[in-house]
Amino acid sequence: MSTAIKDTQKMIEEVLDAYPEKSKKERAKHLAANDPSGQCSTCQVKSNVKSRPGVMTVRGCAYAGAKGVVWGPVKDQITVSHGPIGCGQYSWWSRRNYYNGQTGIDTFGTMHITTDFQEKNIVYGGDKGLDGALHELKELFPLAKGIGILSECPVGLIGDDIEAVSKRVAKEFNYPIVPVRCEGFRGVSQSLGHHIANDTIKDYVLGKGTLDTSTPYDVALIGDYNIGGDAWASRKILEEMGLRVISQYTGDATINEIAIATKAKLNLIHCYRSMNYICRHMEEEYGIPWMEFNFFGPTKTYDSIRKIAAKFDEKIQEKAETVIAKYKPVMDEIIGQFRPKLEGKKVMLYVGGLRPRHTIGAYEDLGMEVVASGYEFGHNDDYKRTYPEMKEGAVIMDDATLYELEEFTRRLKPDMVGSGIKEKYSYHKLGVPFRQMHSWDYSGPYHGFDGFPVFARDMDMTVNSPTWDLIRRKK
Amino acid sequence: MIKIRDHNELFKQPDYQEQFERKKEFEKPWPKEKVREVSDWTKTKEYRDLNFKRENIKINPAKACQPLGAVFCASGFDGCMPFVQGAQGCVAYFRSHLSRHFKEPFAAISTSMTEDAAVFGGLNNMLEGLENTYALYKPKMIAVSTTCMAEVIGDDLNSYIKTSREKGVIPEDLPVPFAHTPSFVGSHIVGYDNMLKGILKTLSEGRSGEPNRKVNIIPGFDTYTGNYLEIKRLMALMGVEYTLLADVSETFDSPNTGEYKLYPGGTPLPEAMDAVNALGTIALQKYSTVKTMDYIKKEWNQQALTLSPIGIRNTDTFFEELSKLTGKPVPAAIEAERGRAVDAMVDSHPYVHGKRFALVGDPDQLLGMISLIMEMGGNPVHIVCTNGDKHFEAEATELLASSPFGVEGKVYINKDMWHMRSLLFTEPVDLLVGNSYAKFLVRDTGTPLLRIGFPLFDRHHLHRYPIIGYQGTLNLVTMIVNTVLDEMDRNTIDTTSFDVIR
Repeated sequence: MSTAIKDTQKMIEEVLDAYPEKSKKERAKHLAANDPSGQCSTCQVKSNVKSRPGVMTVRGCAYAGAKGVVWGPVKDQITVSHGPIGCGQYSWWSRRNYYNGQTGIDTFGTMHITTDFQEKNIVYGGDKGLDGALHELKELFPLAKGIGILSECPVGLIGDDIEAVSKRVAKEFNYPIVPVRCEGFRGVSQSLGHHIANDTIKDYVLGKGTLDTSTPYDVALIGDYNIGGDAWASRKILEEMGLRVISQYTGDATINEIAIATKAKLNLIHCYRSMNYICRHMEEEYGIPWMEFNFFGPTKTYDSIRKIAAKFDEKIQEKAETVIAKYKPVMDEIIGQFRPKLEGKKVMLYVGGLRPRHTIGAYEDLGMEVVASGYEFGHNDDYKRTYPEMKEGAVIMDDATLYELEEFTRRLKPDMVGSGIKEKYSYHKLGVPFRQMHSWDYSGPYHGFDGFPVFARDMDMTVNSPTWDLIRRKK
Repeated sequence: MIKIRDHNELFKQPDYQEQFERKKEFEKPWPKEKVREVSDWTKTKEYRDLNFKRENIKINPAKACQPLGAVFCASGFDGCMPFVQGAQGCVAYFRSHLSRHFKEPFAAISTSMTEDAAVFGGLNNMLEGLENTYALYKPKMIAVSTTCMAEVIGDDLNSYIKTSREKGVIPEDLPVPFAHTPSFVGSHIVGYDNMLKGILKTLSEGRSGEPNRKVNIIPGFDTYTGNYLEIKRLMALMGVEYTLLADVSETFDSPNTGEYKLYPGGTPLPEAMDAVNALGTIALQKYSTVKTMDYIKKEWNQQALTLSPIGIRNTDTFFEELSKLTGKPVPAAIEAERGRAVDAMVDSHPYVHGKRFALVGDPDQLLGMISLIMEMGGNPVHIVCTNGDKHFEAEATELLASSPFGVEGKVYINKDMWHMRSLLFTEPVDLLVGNSYAKFLVRDTGTPLLRIGFPLFDRHHLHRYPIIGYQGTLNLVTMIVNTVLDEMDRNTIDTTSFDVIR
């Protein structure tokens, strides 16, 4: 075992010392020193298990994964938060899944629609009210193409049968009414919500749309939620390569787009964690191959463009090279502009989905090094994909707590941290440059050739803001 | 140098506009004429009637759930960790929501209950949760509230906390107040009330003794940190000793010293314990303190007054009553502040007189705003309160009836911002008052928005400026008149009325 690994392991042990015995033993399995070779048996983290009570996990719930991530961005379906008032309120347009359309008329993305459970719903059940709610929505929003029912905790606890209500009303309305059993107590994090949402796409929508013509170059862009317009920037590249993006999941998506993904020749998946399930299903049922790609930062983008093109004919491969040749000078200029200001800076990441590994290359393009990275709700397959991307001895964290993040920051002294809104302001107080890497801190896009300049600009303003120097630290 | 375009500009470019057109082939959207037809229909009286008929669905409601109010309240006590028994996603949401408004860190604990707790109850989660919280975050107090999950399965907080002490996972003398805060009853203001009552009950137990000369001030679910600082300043000017219950000012507005403090401030526990011996208690909000004030009246044997100092006359009453309670006169400095605020209102009245207002928000803030707007000669027209009850409806209606400027006013309780949309289309107004989500009404109806309330996500630092007292009234007047003037500029930019002196 190398010194780098040993040193990191020692640091982790020190951090864990503050825990009571039981939680210490448990948390020790989730923190490791990175071994890119995968040889070191103690360097694998355990993941996708329950968070310990009382430690201040950063994780959310199944509803957050199903409503906030997967179904919420679908624009021409009405998404109902079924249960008490809070869940829908706190997740109201917080992910900025951009879309085109007239809100409240033919699209519904920025709306918070809820059955607002009262005590009587808990006592007598909520099915009758749900039936009434669906009918009221149909009257008020005649252009909706479907309704999703996203269950909150009480629905599953009181034994409501939302599937029966959905089935009955769907027949009457002649469009999909999708019951999503994503009660927040199910599973251990957002992750199960993604899976449940994928399953409902499969059961209620997939294969039921219309596509007028097909071409050999039809692809689906999956696992891109169009945060700050990400999917549009990725789509631009795919189209310039000569591919025809027939379906976009689920950022700026319509029900029809989701339904026709089965007609793609290849499924391209960006966020593997949240949408691998539907890709696997389409592979098994429809024989559609799928591949992961990475459009963060030019190096990974060039690489992905070539890998995608390799799945098609020479015409596409030539176009792919033309696209790379077109954008490379621009990307080189951006790197020339920002790299000198960011060279050698250390980054700590604690995020979710694809970002803990997918953004590493973009940082490296700017000369920055990711010294610690972790997932809120990753699984073993995510970590396996992450180890080779990071240096030996880097810190790998699974389901980190506020306490751990603070301790690692103190010891690793990163030049910037990328994490979420709950972490942001404690880092501001610490005087550690910070960027929200879930929402791009209200900026974006960060994907593709149009996204990287924005990413580079944002990382520069984060690390090099003069405001950090104004902080007068107590001696 | 390359021009870097982010989303604000990027997607307006022709290549993206063409992409959006191409994408429609797969989207299968409705024809443009159909969308326009339905869009126009939603602006009609017919649609409004249909909209007001609904009983089973809320669309863009302006309220949050009980536990949010509970954790907010708990964080206002020194060294107190808000601790929520239930599923973990809720706490992630409370933390995000409060951080987005205040631009400050917010710590709270979840017991991360999952399926097994749904079957067997949440006792084990509570035991391990308390043990970990105490070891890792070293609180002086742990304030327990609940999510709907714990409420539906019937977790008994009192007995769980007792068991925790018996098992020694927390020290015997650690205060652990609790409140049941089901999210399917009331709203965030009720959760605040329940938690505050729970905390005061626990802390005051056996503390009744020598009366002190202090006044307790309960701000209520007040998300203006500037209000807390303002009340402290005013109490100092009055020479009144006071205890703020609960003081969230530093929790949500702490100085940057290069250090992250988990517990940056809050009401010191010894002071909170002594609150039972105060001269009296003044609540600055009514609807977020109903149970707490009832408890104080009955159990603490004190004068308990509810006085919300928003607007001139409300602030007058506040100082008169405070003076009566304490025997201290209102100093000249405060009288001068009153004079300045009134002077500003006199100067600005031509731009507010006769202007029609629509308001959406929490009950107490709405009452204050209605009062102030009428003092300026403005007309409150639509008052939407998603979390208002019958008492609020009666009180607001009575307030409107008390002034000739309130004759057009109508109060809508249990209604939401989609109702408001219909109201604004069918009976337009000049100004809208509401939180950040009301900006979608700006987009739909073109009504200019004054951002007052909670949450305020899309403008920075507004919560740092007080809206209570004479100074706060002056701030509100400044916001109102300048919003009118900004709007006037926007509307006259191509005309000779684009005046430089107003």
